[in-house]
Amino acid sequence: MQIYLPIAEVSVNAFLLLGLGGMVGILSGMFGVGGGFLMTPLLFFIGIPPAVAVATEANQIVASSFSGVLAHFRRKTVDLRMGTVLLIGGLIGAALGVAIFNYLKSLGQVDLLIRLSYVVFLGIIGSLMFVESLNALRKSAKGAPVPTRRKHNWVHNLPFKMKFRTSGLYISVIPPALVGVFVGILSAIMGVGGGFIMVPAMIYLLGMPTKVVVGTSLFQIIFVTAFTTLLHATTNFTVDMVLAVLLLVGGVVGAQFGAQLGARLKAEQLRILLAALVLVVCGKLALDLLLMPSNLYSIGTGGH
Amino acid sequence: MLRLVLMLILLVLPAQAEEVVADLSQDRVAITTNFDGSEILIFGAVKREQAVDDTAPLDVIVTVSGPSEPMTVRRKDRVAGIWVNTAAVEVDAAPSFYAVATTGPLTDILSETEDLRHHISINRAIRAVGAPEDVTDSPNFIQALIDIKLEDETYQTLEGAVELTDETLFSTRVALPANLREGEYATRFFLIRDGDVVDNSETTIFVQKVGLERLLYNLAHQQPLMYGLLSLFIAIAAGWTASAVFTYIRS
Repeated sequence: MQIYLPIAEVSVNAFLLLGLGGMVGILSGMFGVGGGFLMTPLLFFIGIPPAVAVATEANQIVASSFSGVLAHFRRKTVDLRMGTVLLIGGLIGAALGVAIFNYLKSLGQVDLLIRLSYVVFLGIIGSLMFVESLNALRKSAKGAPVPTRRKHNWVHNLPFKMKFRTSGLYISVIPPALVGVFVGILSAIMGVGGGFIMVPAMIYLLGMPTKVVVGTSLFQIIFVTAFTTLLHATTNFTVDMVLAVLLLVGGVVGAQFGAQLGARLKAEQLRILLAALVLVVCGKLALDLLLMPSNLYSIGTGGH
Repeated sequence: MLRLVLMLILLVLPAQAEEVVADLSQDRVAITTNFDGSEILIFGAVKREQAVDDTAPLDVIVTVSGPSEPMTVRRKDRVAGIWVNTAAVEVDAAPSFYAVATTGPLTDILSETEDLRHHISINRAIRAVGAPEDVTDSPNFIQALIDIKLEDETYQTLEGAVELTDETLFSTRVALPANLREGEYATRFFLIRDGDVVDNSETTIFVQKVGLERLLYNLAHQQPLMYGLLSLFIAIAAGWTASAVFTYIRS
């Protein structure tokens, strides 16, 4: 069934969009990532103009994250306190990120920079997680007790300590706020929610339990992407409501399934799957940069 | 002086011998939610007030042209092992849609000068002036633009698609694709003899979003904050509904 999208001004298959939304929704509920780093390139691929794809994707992430976070609220796996600290950092970071983005734009080649940062960050995070969770999995398979991650590193010697009861942490607010700022900057530049950076940062840097990480990440993503949606809608008029509805109907249903699937998997398995996914996307983007494109020419709308 | 010149010209030129009279099966295309392209039947006749010199055969060209817009064509090159956009040529105005239907091969029936004057072929319908100094082969960029647009059928060359009966009645069909832009689509008719345009006329197809499409488009542009908040509301409501439904199913 073909549907004409009023803002994107293209006609697309409605079932294809429902399917894509569902697939990304499952990943969202399972791993606590918004799925923007997967969905946005997919939307480009089916012919949605990039500006519309980025803006509408932000709107869809709001829906699937909200659906996912409710499931996590019921299981009490959302650390609201930690989420708020991360969010405050995130909004500051997003504002900084927009400024950096505009500066890079004035230098030209911002597209290349976005792609390169995708490859670099996805590559580093993906391989680190993959190796770490593979080791953890191997140790638990041998029957040896899984060593608890270091609970005391430099992170725990900073001032402004705060109790994060849900995460079982008593740490300074400085590291989570900095993580928020850093993710905010990256998400503004790369046009994603930032879950795929946030999740590993919470696990490895802050030492939060994996089960709490997913819900908390989703909680924070809702606000960042809602902010982004409004920004795009009011400045560029690029949010396509019809496209968003089709994507989010699939997305919210998928997120529910994803949250259930995630609850059944072990933390190590969950991490290794996310790592594999991140590496696949990274590999695809790297190949795009390295292999000769089938058509060297491309059309962009508008002048400079 | 000017009047004298005009009179002389009128005396020298023969009276218009052939005229084109044409119409469309529909001059309005409504883009609805399930819009999946539209086919326009274009037909007409050649009106003759007096006998004409018919040693050269008559040919008919019909063009349909969507709203023009500036575009940038970029070319990738390998820099330090990776493919990067290195060169770009700006096109001042290229139609978002262009179809040219003819009774025969365009280059055979139309002279280069007439093509230049009336901008009939796809190449001439695209307006590009100048290229940046670092680009020496701007025609390649224009050709690439045309190739890409021909590929996705927003540009169409329909040679031989116009049926001409007894050098009087003609008809053709132009398929407007599903990915149609809103706007006025200029439809032009040319009568050609011996490479020269004998007569031409023009009409317009109005392509407009209607119903929900119109409503959303207007809201997005006139009340952007409302539109953004509404989008967020839908997202939150959908997320909550899905969650509630799933909780209900499980309990």
